[in-house]
Amino acid sequence: MKPLLLASLLLLAAPALADESSIELKPGAGLEQVQAGCSGCHSLDYIQMNSVFLTHDGWKAEVNKMRQAYGAPIDQPMADEIIQYLSAQYGVPPKS
Amino acid sequence: MRRRSVLTGLGAGAALIGARISARAASPMDLSPLLPEGTRAEAIMDALPGKQPLIKLAFRPPNYETPIDAFAEAITPNDRFFVRYHLAGIPDIADLEKAWSVKIGGDAANKPLEVSLDELQRQFPVVEVEAVNQCSGCRRGLFSPHVPGVQWGYGAMGSAVWRGVRLKDVLARAGVRAGAVEVAFGGADGPVMEGTPDFAKSLPLEKAMDESTIIAFAMNGAKLPHLNGLPIRLIVPGWTGTYWMKHLNEINILSKPFDGFWMQKSYRIPKGMFPVDLPFTTQAEEKTVPITEMVVNSVIGNVPDGSRQPAAGFTIQGVAWDRGHGIKQVEVSTDGGANWKPASLREDHGKYAFRAWRFETGKLQPGAATVMARATSNAGETQAAQLKPNPAGYQNNVPQKIAITLA
Ligand code: HEC
Repeated sequence: MKPLLLASLLLLAAPALADESSIELKPGAGLEQVQAGCSGCHSLDYIQMNSVFLTHDGWKAEVNKMRQAYGAPIDQPMADEIIQYLSAQYGVPPKS
Repeated sequence: MRRRSVLTGLGAGAALIGARISARAASPMDLSPLLPEGTRAEAIMDALPGKQPLIKLAFRPPNYETPIDAFAEAITPNDRFFVRYHLAGIPDIADLEKAWSVKIGGDAANKPLEVSLDELQRQFPVVEVEAVNQCSGCRRGLFSPHVPGVQWGYGAMGSAVWRGVRLKDVLARAGVRAGAVEVAFGGADGPVMEGTPDFAKSLPLEKAMDESTIIAFAMNGAKLPHLNGLPIRLIVPGWTGTYWMKHLNEINILSKPFDGFWMQKSYRIPKGMFPVDLPFTTQAEEKTVPITEMVVNSVIGNVPDGSRQPAAGFTIQGVAWDRGHGIKQVEVSTDGGANWKPASLREDHGKYAFRAWRFETGKLQPGAATVMARATSNAGETQAAQLKPNPAGYQNNVPQKIAITLA
């Protein structure tokens, strides 16, 4: 399953890195955890793109999906911090 | 799946695609006001290698949609065709252009074999089909309330002339055993982390054996663009893009339903919500079925939202398509849906292709107006007046409402 790495990856990495690094998430507690835990499989614009409409529970379901369905290697304490950050910065209040 | 060397995104910012040619902020005109505000803020116009600038929704994996002005004509050019990947392990061009072969096996294949690209091109009858490739999630971003996923607007689709060989001819060479129920497909792209399920799909045997289901090696007379499936991809006319496996390298003929994540846990819709001719019975569950056939739909390509148009009259152009019955009529309203008049259908490119259409407004009252179009298929199906909510945000065929000022 595990793809092989090509040497050319290093060459190609530089220009696109500049593009992806243009993504700026909002500052706030938990940002570092998000950057570390949520960028392995896709760019962080997936988070901005899915805002602002998810509630705290909505973001919790997303983070759980990343862990359970896609295998994101994130432990519970880190997941909790990420969920806090996402609902504070990119979430909406719960629907009553 | 069978894997060649693959470029992988490991950790933040790792690259998959080479240098970009240009990047600029998308003009707000290109984006529907119905999209989430976060999508509207992060989307930019950006050119992937070999492509014109498209609307970037996500950098990695690349998810880029075609600007709406491409949909004034029946054919979508290769360098404007949308790009959609779930997983960021995408082989680079050099690897895809090496000697290619597709492995055909599975428990219901008589004689597993490997067929090279060269053999595909020389040993089977070459056929062409013109067909719409539309992502299942096209227009998800216009859902209200919003649902999570890639927040596509109108442009996660395109129509092209696909040239290749019939899947059924290739399957026949491997020998389809009695008792086969599905055919499963894999491509050379894949996940970048251990725990992510590889992208693989299946079709019911009947759809796999359909005359129009082909393995394509050319698109609009040229080889497939890198990010549209080089060197070969599956073409499944009438069905959404999720089945159109890119970088195809594995085919399995199966006597049991394929149990992959992307069939059983993803790409599902409520049972009975949308019309189909060929139910995917082997993948049906109590309440849900896989999304398969597209819904009848249309788009206006040449009238930007918020634009000024001459009250003396102007031409509205767009395309319409459905799940393979063909388009019977397109109607246009310039008063927000109160009155509808027939548009003229342009040349017929076949029942699976975009049907381009045109409408002359004639003289109109100056001031604010709302332009809409709605298509009806030869099966008698018309675009939905109201959104049919479903958790994954599929099959949105509610007519556009384009606000313009007439002066
Ligand atoms: C192990 C891989 C992996 C990691 C790590 C990961 N994701 Fe994802 N994520 C995916 C995949 C695969 C998709 C589906 C992509 C697609 O279809 O375009 C996805 C999609 C998404 C989406 C779009 C909505 C959806 O459900 O499809 C959001 C939002 C998202 N991820 C947020 C996150 C956040 C927040 C984190 C950090 C907690 C994270 N992801 C970490 C694999 C991962």
